[in-house]
Amino acid sequence: MKLTENDKKSLLEPIIKNNPVFVQILGICSALAVTTSMTTAFTMTLAVLFVTAFSNVGVSLIRKYIPNSIRMIVEMTIIATLVILVDQLIKAFSYDLSKQLSVYVGLIITNCIVMGRAEAFAIKNGPALSLLDGIGNGLGYGFVLMVVAFFRELFGFGTIFGFTVFKTVQNGGWYAPNGLMVTAPAAFFLIGFMIWIANSISDAKVK
Amino acid sequence: MEHVLSMFVQGVFTQNLALSLFLGMCTFLAVSKKVGAAFGLGIAVIVVQAITIPVNNLLYNYVLREGALSWTGVDALKTLDLSFLSFITFIGVIAAIVQILEMTLDRFFPALYNALGVFLPLITVNCAIMGGSLFMQQRDYSFGDSCLYGLCSGIGWAFAITVFAGMREKMEYSRVPKPLQGLGIAFITAGLLALAFMTFSGM
Repeated sequence: MKLTENDKKSLLEPIIKNNPVFVQILGICSALAVTTSMTTAFTMTLAVLFVTAFSNVGVSLIRKYIPNSIRMIVEMTIIATLVILVDQLIKAFSYDLSKQLSVYVGLIITNCIVMGRAEAFAIKNGPALSLLDGIGNGLGYGFVLMVVAFFRELFGFGTIFGFTVFKTVQNGGWYAPNGLMVTAPAAFFLIGFMIWIANSISDAKVK
Repeated sequence: MEHVLSMFVQGVFTQNLALSLFLGMCTFLAVSKKVGAAFGLGIAVIVVQAITIPVNNLLYNYVLREGALSWTGVDALKTLDLSFLSFITFIGVIAAIVQILEMTLDRFFPALYNALGVFLPLITVNCAIMGGSLFMQQRDYSFGDSCLYGLCSGIGWAFAITVFAGMREKMEYSRVPKPLQGLGIAFITAGLLALAFMTFSGM
C-alpha cells in the first residue's frame, strides 16, 4: 500500500505540529500522572496508541449506522471495551506495572484524546484514514509522555528505563537525586516549558 | 471524628484530585479563565461526585466484586467475579446520573439549571469523576467512607479550580513573554499552586 499525501498528513501532523497534548490540550491528566518513570510512560503510550487506533477504526466502520443522538454513548462503549481489554492484558502479563499505573489505565476511557479523535475525525472519515489518524495522535501523545518522563526519571532517580545513568549518593555515587522532579509540580513545570519551546519554534517559523 | 477530619484533609488538600493526581486537567485548564464560571463548574463537580461515588460503591459491593452476588442465594452466583466490568459500569452510571441531574434541575430548579446547565455535559468526560470512582474501588472504601470521600474530593477540586481561576484573572494584567502566553503560563501557575498544596502533606 502506498501512502498518499493525505494519509501522511493524518499520520504525521499530530506528532509535532498538531500535537494532541500541547496544541489541542487533550489528555493532559494521564500525561502528567504516569511520567515519573519511563517504563510506565512507555506502557501508557502503547495502551493509548492501541485504544485510539482501534476505537477510531471501530467508530469509523459503523459511522453510517449510528443515529446521531446516541453517538456519544456508542463511542463510549467502544472505547470502554477496548480499555477493559488493555487493562486485562496488562494485569495478566505484568502485574507490577498495572499496580504502578493504578487507576490511570481505566482513565483512558475519559481521556479526551480518544473521545476527541472519535468525535472530530473518525465519525467523518473512512477506516484506513482513521486508523492512521489514531496512530498519529497516539504517537504525538507518546512523544510528550516520553520527553517528560525522560527528564523526570533522569533527574528524579538518576535512571533511564530503570538503568542507572547517574549513580546516586545513596548507592555510593555522586548524584544527589532531585526530589522535586518526582512530585506533582515538576510535571506541570516541564509541560509548561515544553509549550514555551514549541510556541517559540513555531513563531520563529511564521516570521 | 479524627477519621473524618483526616479524610477531609486528605481529600481536599494532600490528595487533591486536580493538583496532586492530575485528574480533570482538561476542564481545569479550559474553564478557568473566569472565576464565576470556574466556581459554577466546581459546584457541579461537587454535586456529581457526591452522588456518583456512593452509587458506584453500592454497585461495586453488591453486584460487581467477587462474591458480591451471594445475597441472591443462588449458588452459581456466589463465586462470580464481575469486577472486570467495573470501568464500563462506572462510566455508564456517571453518564446516566449526569443526564438525570440535568433533567431534574431543568424541571424543578430552572435558576440553578441556567447557572450550571452548560457545565453538566462537560462533567461526563471529566476524569476527576471517573477517577474518584476508581480510587474508591482501589482503596476499598465502605459506604460511609465513600460518601465522605465523594464530598471531600469534589470540594478539593472545586477549591483548586476557583483559586486557579482567580490567579489567571489577575495574570491578565502582567507581562508574560509572548510564546509563554496562555497555556504555557497556565501550566507553570498550576505547578506553583500544586507546590502550595503539597505543603499540607505534613499535617
